Amino acid sequence: MRGIFEDELKRLHGKFTEMGINVSEAIYRASKSFIDHDKALAQQVIEHDEEINEEEIKLEDEALMLIALQQPVAADFRQIIIVLKASSDLERIGDHAVGIARESIELKGEQRVPEIEDDIGEMTNNVRSMLEEVLDAYVKEDEVGAKQIAIANQQIDKAYANVREKTIEMMKQDSKVITGSASYLMVASYLERIGDHISNIAEWVVYNKTGHLAELTPDHHPEEN
Amino acid sequence: MKTYNLEETYIHKFDPIETPLGLETKDLQVFYGDNHAMYNGSLQFPKNAITALIGASGSGKSTFLRSLNRMNDDIATVKGKILYQDVDINASEINVYEMRKHVGMVFQRPNPFAKSIFNNIAYPLRKAGMKSKSQLAERVEKSLVQAALWDEVKDDLNRSALALSGGQQQRLCIARALAMNPDVLLLDEPASALDPISTGKLEQALYDLQKHYTIIMVTHSMQQASRVSDYTAFFHMGHILEFDRTQRIFTRPHIQATEDYISGNFG
Repeated sequence: MRGIFEDELKRLHGKFTEMGINVSEAIYRASKSFIDHDKALAQQVIEHDEEINEEEIKLEDEALMLIALQQPVAADFRQIIIVLKASSDLERIGDHAVGIARESIELKGEQRVPEIEDDIGEMTNNVRSMLEEVLDAYVKEDEVGAKQIAIANQQIDKAYANVREKTIEMMKQDSKVITGSASYLMVASYLERIGDHISNIAEWVVYNKTGHLAELTPDHHPEEN
Repeated sequence: MKTYNLEETYIHKFDPIETPLGLETKDLQVFYGDNHAMYNGSLQFPKNAITALIGASGSGKSTFLRSLNRMNDDIATVKGKILYQDVDINASEINVYEMRKHVGMVFQRPNPFAKSIFNNIAYPLRKAGMKSKSQLAERVEKSLVQAALWDEVKDDLNRSALALSGGQQQRLCIARALAMNPDVLLLDEPASALDPISTGKLEQALYDLQKHYTIIMVTHSMQQASRVSDYTAFFHMGHILEFDRTQRIFTRPHIQATEDYISGNFG
């Protein structure tokens, strides 16, 4: 019966990776819709989130069925637990992409600040790279790579703090940019939260490999950076 | 001991057009003298699938299984119908020996003949009239492959079957049953005398066999029922209380007694 269990598990991991790629695409499109003021693209991201949610439910359902029917232990058990936990993180990342898309829709031609939009673009690229790396570490069960991703998240925290500082400064100087800057703050905050979820997935990769539950970024306080 | 309402049952019914059946029982009742051992045995066994029969000792599951190929004829009165290809094989005019070629059985303890591996399978075939050596050799090989034993014994088929391990002997008994080309295979706790490694091999063999056979298996192991079977029937005090897809039984059973039994909160 090992063969059957392993096949099922492989299929589950494949679906998880597929969901991860979809989520990564959602982040990209949401951020692009924000920077380009593309409401149609933002709407697509919002609608596509339903599919991501369904993917998570299917993954959970199959993982729960494997637990109930195959009653796995030790490494087999951990493999299924990480699918359950990490898919929940992916789903939350999808929700944050929707948050960014909603900000795009609510933007009403406010005064734009290219410098901050560049920062947001860079944050987007960085969280997407992190997500791709964590999916790679997940597939390869690469504990060392996963730990590095969690460290990389500190850069995302710093980038968020930087955007926050800049926007607050701008708002102080020019009240006309307040509404637009609030959106910048929200979007940067969503990206920062996405970084945290990616860190969580990295922690599950470590758990899978070692059996230890570890907080990889214990001093994580982005607002204090 | 907890008591349960034996009238409260959930027996899933199939539409035989959508789900072809390998075997079906209708109101099967078994009496050992005055002792009414099996009451309402009406079940449909989907073709080419594994159905596990679970329940505590004395619940009637082995009695039910043994009735399916008339093993209880001499010791009990079995009423009701057992339909195989639209024929009631529980009818008195049925040739039981002929019927058993279609509905094979493997017992709890491996019971190979004191003969070579080859002859364990060839002997019943010869008895059934097969003479050709090449045909016999072909059937022996096919059966051993199907029972996932071929690779382990192919180099010395003349070795005594009694020299095989318990797990190998049990797979040999499955091969012997398969050699007669049955459609239905009945197994009475086939892994209860085996270690976990042999059990794993046996379960894998059963899983592969279900593509071609209707398998009905009594098991005391909840893990085995959940791992291997497609459908599960829960027996209690001579009644079948629940029958449904295994994944439903092991995640959301309809009946409290089933829930209590599979979760070990029974009795």
